[in-house]
Amino acid sequence: MSKTLFDKVWDTHVVRKIEGGPDVLFIDRHLIHEVTSPVAFLGLKSRGIKVLYPERTFATADHNTPTINQHLPVADPLSANQLQALETNSNEYGISYWGLGHQKNGIVHVVGPEYGITQPGATIVCGDSHTSTHGAFGAIAFGIGTSEVEMVLATQCIMQPKPKKMRINVNGKLGLGVTPKDVALYIISKLTTSGATGYFVEYAGDVFENMSMEGRMTVCNLSIEMGARGGMIAPDETTINYVKGREFSPKGEAWDKALAYYKTLKTDADAVFDKELTFKAADIEPMITYGTNPGMGMGISQDIPDAAHVEGGAATYEKSLGYMGFHEGDSMIGKQVDFVFVGSCTNGRIEDFRAFTSLVKGKHKADNVTAWLVPGSHIVEAQIKEEGLLDILTEAGFTLRQPGCSACLAMNDDKVPAGKYAVSTSNRNFEGRQGPGARTMLASPLVAAAAAVTGVVTDPRTLIEVEELV
Amino acid sequence: MQSKNNKMAYDKFTVLRSTGVPLPIENIDTDQIIPARFLKATERVGFGDSLFRDWRYNADNTPKKDFVLNNPTYSGKILVGGKNFGSGSSREHAAWAVYDYGFRCVVSSFFADIFKNNCLNIGVLPVQVSAEFADKIFAAIIADPKTELEINLPAQTITIISTGEKETFDISHYKKDNMINGFDDIDYLQSIKTEIQEFAENLPL
Repeated sequence: MSKTLFDKVWDTHVVRKIEGGPDVLFIDRHLIHEVTSPVAFLGLKSRGIKVLYPERTFATADHNTPTINQHLPVADPLSANQLQALETNSNEYGISYWGLGHQKNGIVHVVGPEYGITQPGATIVCGDSHTSTHGAFGAIAFGIGTSEVEMVLATQCIMQPKPKKMRINVNGKLGLGVTPKDVALYIISKLTTSGATGYFVEYAGDVFENMSMEGRMTVCNLSIEMGARGGMIAPDETTINYVKGREFSPKGEAWDKALAYYKTLKTDADAVFDKELTFKAADIEPMITYGTNPGMGMGISQDIPDAAHVEGGAATYEKSLGYMGFHEGDSMIGKQVDFVFVGSCTNGRIEDFRAFTSLVKGKHKADNVTAWLVPGSHIVEAQIKEEGLLDILTEAGFTLRQPGCSACLAMNDDKVPAGKYAVSTSNRNFEGRQGPGARTMLASPLVAAAAAVTGVVTDPRTLIEVEELV
Repeated sequence: MQSKNNKMAYDKFTVLRSTGVPLPIENIDTDQIIPARFLKATERVGFGDSLFRDWRYNADNTPKKDFVLNNPTYSGKILVGGKNFGSGSSREHAAWAVYDYGFRCVVSSFFADIFKNNCLNIGVLPVQVSAEFADKIFAAIIADPKTELEINLPAQTITIISTGEKETFDISHYKKDNMINGFDDIDYLQSIKTEIQEFAENLPL
């Protein structure tokens, strides 16, 4: 029977099917961090069971870490306690632990791929909804709750019903200043924040084929924002070139075996999806969100839609615009910007800092803007320095912080104050996400750069020299 | 199917009859249910205090009078939310907060995937009803806050007691069995550990 990419990877990992219930799915790689794992370890302790395959689990601290002065003790006692718990638990159960200060420390969804933990055709879970990032490699990767973290530690399996399958095709050539982030925000704006709930998505078409691995990770990362458990892209030469030779990638004979498996990982020509959608690359412009969920996005040159043209209740829509201080029919261009955040598992990779830097080069940070530039990992941080980007950024009045999730969820001190506006390259514009009362506009690193140098929401295309096409 | 040495993971759930607390807002995300700054605990205690923290309290921790949880008119063990309840983060803390506050059931016309799963794993029953039935529940509770709902898990029905209107809801046979008996997935997975280990020998990666 013809199978989709998703079917192939899922079916390969089904230990047992339960009638009238979920599948028992074997998990190849398990990533853990400080926030969603402590209670899982407590559960193991109270049941008196060990971690079944400690070599399949990797721990990094990222959600709750400071992004300055990481060499100093963490000031907040609750954060320090949570970080200590991750270290203690990892050591006790024999799990690789990359804590604060460790060379491999960084955002879990940035370091996983960098060190080759992420492999095509693998099943990967983490107690974090943006685990969908790893689907960029043709892996089945999704976020789980803490009860499931405990399950995976104890048995390397979870129990899930097989989701429905959706394919999203985007074909054509992306326009000036249109990045993978814009492609994703465009799709989410069309599907709404719940449009893919119950589905696992495969992204197909030449727009994704032509994307770098960084771009594919940005797209797959945002799959959860339309409700999908995850999204995946079939592995190709780009994928294999990225994976080969990384520290935890298979080597020698194991590599040859893995490569043979990777090459089977594509959707059969006549395989059937439960739902299929197709978009044109030419219809996508740089995007920005105007509301309080990632589905409330629009092309940056457009006006905020009327409630009548938006799915869902008018009351919810009004509440959302009221929180943002925006009105139906407003143009986003020229809106106030107080903070710019570049980073997170969505846009904290080298390509994102290259894009940001390309636009701010030769310009200067606007005085009214506080900019937080937070690399996703030490590798990204080193690349920013090696490629000379830091010099350009410094010249333009920007500084670089240390790796971590930072203002994406504002668990640490990187909080946007109440009422202030942030253009953020992260993934969620929920009320209070970046700090109580903070107002978030999600956008690409290019839109963030345009805001950072002009001090207001600005169409980056007006600042891009044509020969500097990104 | 369950392992013999089962210790109950959470309270058993069979039939729940209670008044409901209405929250007819769509797309209630897990950052509203519990903001990230309250996720720093290393034990599963006290999350109910932070349930809907920023909707419930002002910055100086005084209660916001217009929020439903601060309105003594409404109470009960059933939370009735708007469409697409629980979207966003995978934080199980959101489900813990709902449970710890005292809710045993969340009713909505649509649930986000991970939140729904997290609820099922900790003994909070997510009951998905039609949009029409959700509207009827909201109308009934707002007309009379003493309106009771009955959730019958074995029969998979939800009934508005005052009107007798009833709808059935879906739940997998496996999860239903777990909730009625207070079992969890680890009990099951532990019982097939040898099978899992044999399976792991033959994986492609």
